[in-house]
Amino acid sequence: MHPTLMHPTLMHPTIPYVVAALLFGLGTYGVLRRRNAVLLLMAVELMLNAVNLVLITADATVRAALPHSGAVFALFIIVIAAAEIGVGLALVLQLYRLRATVAVDELPLADDAANAGDAANAGDPVGVD
Amino acid sequence: MTGVDVLLLALGAVAVGAALLVVTTDHVVRAGLYLVLCLGAVAGLYLVLTAELVAWVQVLIYVGAVVVLLLFAVMLTRAPIGASTDLNRPGLPALLIGGGAGLGLAALLVDAYRWSTVPLPAAGTAERLGEQIFGAWVLPFEVLSVLLLAALIGAIVVSRPDIGATGAGGRR
Repeated sequence: MHPTLMHPTLMHPTIPYVVAALLFGLGTYGVLRRRNAVLLLMAVELMLNAVNLVLITADATVRAALPHSGAVFALFIIVIAAAEIGVGLALVLQLYRLRATVAVDELPLADDAANAGDAANAGDPVGVD
Repeated sequence: MTGVDVLLLALGAVAVGAALLVVTTDHVVRAGLYLVLCLGAVAGLYLVLTAELVAWVQVLIYVGAVVVLLLFAVMLTRAPIGASTDLNRPGLPALLIGGGAGLGLAALLVDAYRWSTVPLPAAGTAERLGEQIFGAWVLPFEVLSVLLLAALIGAIVVSRPDIGATGAGGRR
């Protein structure tokens, strides 16, 4: 038999919860503070990890009807984060190819600028619209 | 304070310190390496919190794959090796919102849990987690595989200019 089943080890769930809250705050700070898109994605990873830590801690703290639901959710979030980072980095690299910059506050959001970028990318000097 | 608490405190301090360096350092490459430290410390927290399988998946996917992808992106966008001066926007709103979110959530959770103790459950090994995933959570698991496929195809379409250009406006 596993030793923790006979003599359960006590822990204070406040510690990992507070660590997760601080990680989430730091991630939010990074997302708002950074201009470089790659660093921005790193800050998003911090936020996702904070959520995972909350889920794992809740899994160890709360006795749910389905055991280990929190851990299963954390696994799902890790998979979604992997998908997110793949698509996000593809977008960042495409942005770098078009603009030679990864600064998010230099992104043109207006329509005319976006059309100019598309036309330049397709090698077509005249706007197709 | 038990040994578990000491471990949680130490790993949590490492995670928070490394995360602080990730969002404040001026070196892009160092930010990626601090992220490794932070994610590794979080994996250690998972191990202490008896989520064995999640800890190893974290090491494999986050520390292995995601950080390598991020460092690839750092290299492909020709980030300078030394310190950069243009990485940040004005910090005050970010500090207010980030600090407010972090400290507010921390205060909320401290208020909810005080200094209570709970016994650690049985370890979440691959066997126990697999029973749950392929029992109660099998439908989300399958949907997630479709999501991964969609992300894969989307990343390929976005990063290939010949496909993306014809779709976006070349031959409309």
